[in-house]
Amino acid sequence: MSYGTILVFFALAALFAGGSLLAAFFVRPRVSDPLKRTAYECGMEAVGTTTGQTNIRFYTYALLFVIFDVEALYLFPWAVVVRTIGAAALVEMAIFLGILAAGLAYAWKMGALQWE
Amino acid sequence: MTTEETILTKISEPVFNHANGRLLMPEERYWPSRKWKSPWSLPAYRSGAALLAGILSGAVLAAWLIGEIPLRLAPLYSLAEQYALSYGVPLFLFHLAWTVIKAALLLAVPLVNALFAVWWERKVSAHIQSRLGPMYVGRFQGCLQTVADGLKLFLKEDIVPDCADKLVHLLAPVVVVIPAILVFAPVPFGRELIYADLDIGTVYVFAVGGVSVMGIIMAGWASGNKFSLLGGLRSAAQLVSYELPRTFAVIPIIMLAGTLNISAIAGLQAGYWGGILPRWFIFYPVVGQVAFIVFLIASVAETNRVPFDIPEAESELVAGFNTEYSGMKFALFFLSEFAYVLLSCLLMAAFFFGGGEPPLPFLGFLPSWAWFLAKTLTLMFCFLWFRWTFPRFRVDRLMDFNWKFLLPVSLLNIAAAGLLIWLIS
Repeated sequence: MSYGTILVFFALAALFAGGSLLAAFFVRPRVSDPLKRTAYECGMEAVGTTTGQTNIRFYTYALLFVIFDVEALYLFPWAVVVRTIGAAALVEMAIFLGILAAGLAYAWKMGALQWE
Repeated sequence: MTTEETILTKISEPVFNHANGRLLMPEERYWPSRKWKSPWSLPAYRSGAALLAGILSGAVLAAWLIGEIPLRLAPLYSLAEQYALSYGVPLFLFHLAWTVIKAALLLAVPLVNALFAVWWERKVSAHIQSRLGPMYVGRFQGCLQTVADGLKLFLKEDIVPDCADKLVHLLAPVVVVIPAILVFAPVPFGRELIYADLDIGTVYVFAVGGVSVMGIIMAGWASGNKFSLLGGLRSAAQLVSYELPRTFAVIPIIMLAGTLNISAIAGLQAGYWGGILPRWFIFYPVVGQVAFIVFLIASVAETNRVPFDIPEAESELVAGFNTEYSGMKFALFFLSEFAYVLLSCLLMAAFFFGGGEPPLPFLGFLPSWAWFLAKTLTLMFCFLWFRWTFPRFRVDRLMDFNWKFLLPVSLLNIAAAGLLIWLIS
């Protein structure tokens, strides 16, 4: 039942986002010229395009994020039941977190967290 | 001549006295000076303070008179149901209509919040810098300034660069704003004042909120502008990184509460230790305070606000990912930014400050939604205050701070929470 209500809310939110853009489409002025439609570069003419290469450092952060975010997803159900299960759950999660923390330490030592 | 007098004569610049708006000569600058004037001696200051006190007491009185909102709405609901049944409206259609009304009210929350928060931010910024801020639109303290700004943005031309990916450029603000509205579904605004009481509310909020990052990357990539691209990539790295300590900071709270339902977590904090100290999670020794501080820092980073506003650092990236956005598309980005500020404050109020529970037992005469609102607004004021208190991080320091400090601290905090649970049981 409550997920149905979220679907209703999603429809309303999409209606708001689409509707406000559509309404603005009908009332706004259109005074366009080629100079206005160039990319903003502080008044200079743009050099090159944005399709060039980008630094790999963003990619390593994304990889690290995926690992830890999956871990967070495992932590949520564990955190709900940890008080009822008790010490066994704590020890098991300590081992799991320890492995991941070792991974973080390894990434740190190998310079994956170094921003050059 | 004593040393103190030498120092005094060396400072020869007159400074501006905020109390009476005059220049203050060096010899008058130090308190006890016969020429020093307390601001309370000024009629304008006194009347302003009286006005604020009046507004506050009026709000308290109104909250007391209104009482708990679900209790007020219950008779209205049954009355509407009776009418609907007497006119032969099917029951499921009536429930659907009621849900749509509730959804429309919830949709108004981020919109009204943006109107209010932008005005409030401008006033707070202005007063921190001894300015007045908006004063004209809406007569009282420029209170309708944001409405005028919104209308202006609505009527503005939409400029899309020729080199942009038109479709993705159009979709990006939609992808950002829909999750920013959708996250409010399982968030409580008071006791039982909630749209959808999800059992996995906490996970839902983090999962849906994470979708907005994709919209920001889309905006940065599709604009065809190098500033936008850099801003989009930086925010991808930053938002994604700070999401980890933010999530891990909540884990100890869930361990202590044993549920993911946000309203249940807030409700568990009712009661007082020794009849005076509220049982809020922030008062759990060490674990609560560390979790709160990590969550607060990561929330400021997640909402792209000032010490962490690298994705839209004006002095280096023009406006980051929204450089090429104008008109209504820009308004949607702005709306979602303030929606996330409100969400962070609501979550902090629910997780750490007991939601709608009063801070002292005898203050229980005010309804829970008033306490929730008061806590949320106080936290929101901190967000505005930070902006004029901390200088911006450099981009590499920003990542180091997250990965080499916040993340290990939040992991250690989970271990500390385990220890605390073991000690309690």
